[in-house]
Amino acid sequence: MTIAVVLAAALAVVCVILVALPFLREPDPETDVLDELDEGERRRLELLESRDRALSALKELEFDHRTGTITDDDYREQVGPLRREAATALQSLQRDTPGTHGDASTGEGRPVGRRT
Amino acid sequence: MPELGRAALVVTLGLSTYALVAGAAAAHLGRRRLAHSAQNALIAAFLTTLVASLILLAALLRHDFSFTYVARTTSEALPTAYTVSAFWGGQEGSLLLWLLVLTAFGAAAVRLNRTWARDLIVWVVPVFAAVAVFFSFLVVAVASPFTTQAPPPDGAGMTPSLQNPYMLAHPPLLYLGYVGLTVPFAFALGALLSGRLDERWLVATRRWTLLAWAALGIGQLLGAHWAYVEVGWGGYYAWDPVENAALMPWLAATAFLHSVMIQEKRGMLRVWNVLLVILAFSLSLFGTFLTRSGVVNSIHSFTQSSIGPWFLAFIGVTVAVSLGLVFWRLPQLRSPTRLESPISREAAFLYNNLLLLALCLAILWGVVYPMLSEAVRGEAVVLGRSYYDFFLRVFGLPLLLLMGIGPLVAWRRASLRSLVTTFRWPTLVALATGVLLLVLGAGSSTPGLVAYTFSAFVGATIVMEFARGTRARKALGATSWPGAFASLMSRNRRRYGGYVVHASIVLLAIGIAGSSAFDSVAESKLARGQSLEIGGYTLVYRSLDERQTANATEIRATLDVTRGDSDLGTLEAGKNAYTIEQQVSNEVGIRSDRLTGEDLFVIAEQIDPDGSVYFRVFVKPLVNLIWLAGLVFLLGSAITLWPDRREQRRLVARAEAVGLPATR
Repeated sequence: MTIAVVLAAALAVVCVILVALPFLREPDPETDVLDELDEGERRRLELLESRDRALSALKELEFDHRTGTITDDDYREQVGPLRREAATALQSLQRDTPGTHGDASTGEGRPVGRRT
Repeated sequence: MPELGRAALVVTLGLSTYALVAGAAAAHLGRRRLAHSAQNALIAAFLTTLVASLILLAALLRHDFSFTYVARTTSEALPTAYTVSAFWGGQEGSLLLWLLVLTAFGAAAVRLNRTWARDLIVWVVPVFAAVAVFFSFLVVAVASPFTTQAPPPDGAGMTPSLQNPYMLAHPPLLYLGYVGLTVPFAFALGALLSGRLDERWLVATRRWTLLAWAALGIGQLLGAHWAYVEVGWGGYYAWDPVENAALMPWLAATAFLHSVMIQEKRGMLRVWNVLLVILAFSLSLFGTFLTRSGVVNSIHSFTQSSIGPWFLAFIGVTVAVSLGLVFWRLPQLRSPTRLESPISREAAFLYNNLLLLALCLAILWGVVYPMLSEAVRGEAVVLGRSYYDFFLRVFGLPLLLLMGIGPLVAWRRASLRSLVTTFRWPTLVALATGVLLLVLGAGSSTPGLVAYTFSAFVGATIVMEFARGTRARKALGATSWPGAFASLMSRNRRRYGGYVVHASIVLLAIGIAGSSAFDSVAESKLARGQSLEIGGYTLVYRSLDERQTANATEIRATLDVTRGDSDLGTLEAGKNAYTIEQQVSNEVGIRSDRLTGEDLFVIAEQIDPDGSVYFRVFVKPLVNLIWLAGLVFLLGSAITLWPDRREQRRLVARAEAVGLPATR
């Protein structure tokens, strides 16, 4: 019984330390505000999702056409709108980030690790 | 050390409550350190639950009958493996396992995603914590596994039907599935609460959902095999409420895994996907409620308890809060795109979703109907097998057909001409199969014939997809055919792993159709030396023996089996009389033909004092394809779950582009 009480107390202390760790590590932080995506970054994330969606759809369409799953007629009907969709997303991304010179299609050259 | 176990669970309850309150406050007020503190509390809750679980496990292994739970579920004579399985064999232990898996999954999901999707995780933590508060409250205040008593000389033992190797894996897998569905639920609600309704919650939870879904699927098949070899009634699925309890969330999760592709590819069905996740999680809670409350009469429900009202209240709150959040975020959940054509892949997936959901709701109605009828009319009316079989045929057969159509139709819209081209060969294969089976005499069961024909259609589309894909990869530069095949699989594990899972469903459909629509049965009371004939087999009853094992007396009737001129050896069927538990179980005899997949299944229904035995014998064609389907399902799930480096790179690049850290 005594050992159990001691062990239970020790367990509780360890848990309290673990829970208090963020405050113990940074008793007086420069800022305690959660860094969240701002409106611009959220808009950019949506555009990136649209771009990736369009590029992935194009890739799948190309492969399905190559395998014969998609006929020539269906391919011709779909490839145009999909390319336009991808191009629109890429243009929007470039407009959305003036002054950057990276490759919008891969994300390379974009600011990295601002939030670390 | 029951005191330490109790204390550990009280600390878990405290930590979960802290994670809920502090997590919600941190998310609402935007406080970074408080949010991290709440995340740490969730991780600490896993550690304290693990301590409690280890104490219970140690008590089981030491046969410490001062623990009421240990005395009620085990005995000195119980083999060690089943002593371990007693952890989840009783109510309190299984609730503790729920909590252990929940906190483990919560800690892991938060840990893995807390940089990559941290603005979302802040809201996910209180959702996880809320579920953990409920389960830790249950094991602290309502159904504690650490209540003690004056130790009796021996325990009450374990229900004989649970003393089976399948019970070592079947319940934990179901729990992995049930609890695993908490992850997509917590992320979906986190996304709704935070308003971060981009694709990240889907990406973060895709593999968790797949893992939960695969565990539920495998768990159910193991349960079916357990019922087949252990329960001894001649079948593997009885539409029992507890069996249905695992099937319903699996169907909802299957619908979600398909409809999520429409959101990823086309940005559609965002409300629908959130609703499916809520449904799957609510059904997993409902399943636990059915299994653990004793509210339904089931061969799989081993307990009557007082936890029912708590569960019902929690399910009610969960559904109400979740639907309220969906309603609140409806404007943000509206899809930017619309269905362009009823003949398209997204339309096929939508039809698949509607059929899956219809089947799920039909089963749900069948499960709750006895409870409702008892509440309204004072008499529980149970909907029998014919009710479920009817809906399985009405919704299941079109689902089977759609499984072949959906993946081969173009996204957005497909022309009729392309449909004719694409489905020409599979249709010919299906028709040829149907005609051949008719000629061979399979027309005695129309649903069985239709199931075989549709299975042939789906099988042909799968083979065609693999053949075409491999050929295309070879043309794109693969050096060899095996290399082209490997490249095909590795470049799109989700798609081709999905086809392997579809192949397993085809095997399952063939197995179910064969063993249920085309089986045969014979019954007879035989004295020694007498024989019985069925499906070309001749069984001669030879002898009756009795032997003693550690915890049971085994009585076995031995039968010689022949087919035509071939001697197929002997089969044993009988009963086990468990001394401590004072129960008797049926021990069936099964002879499997590995070439045809057929089983000869013998039950010794009644053994008379004069040595005569009343036998019931089944011949079940193709039943072994059901178990083979389990292996193929496991393979397909593993392929689909395997990490995809290309996808990881794309996601990292996307995260970096908005300034989120590159690591996940």
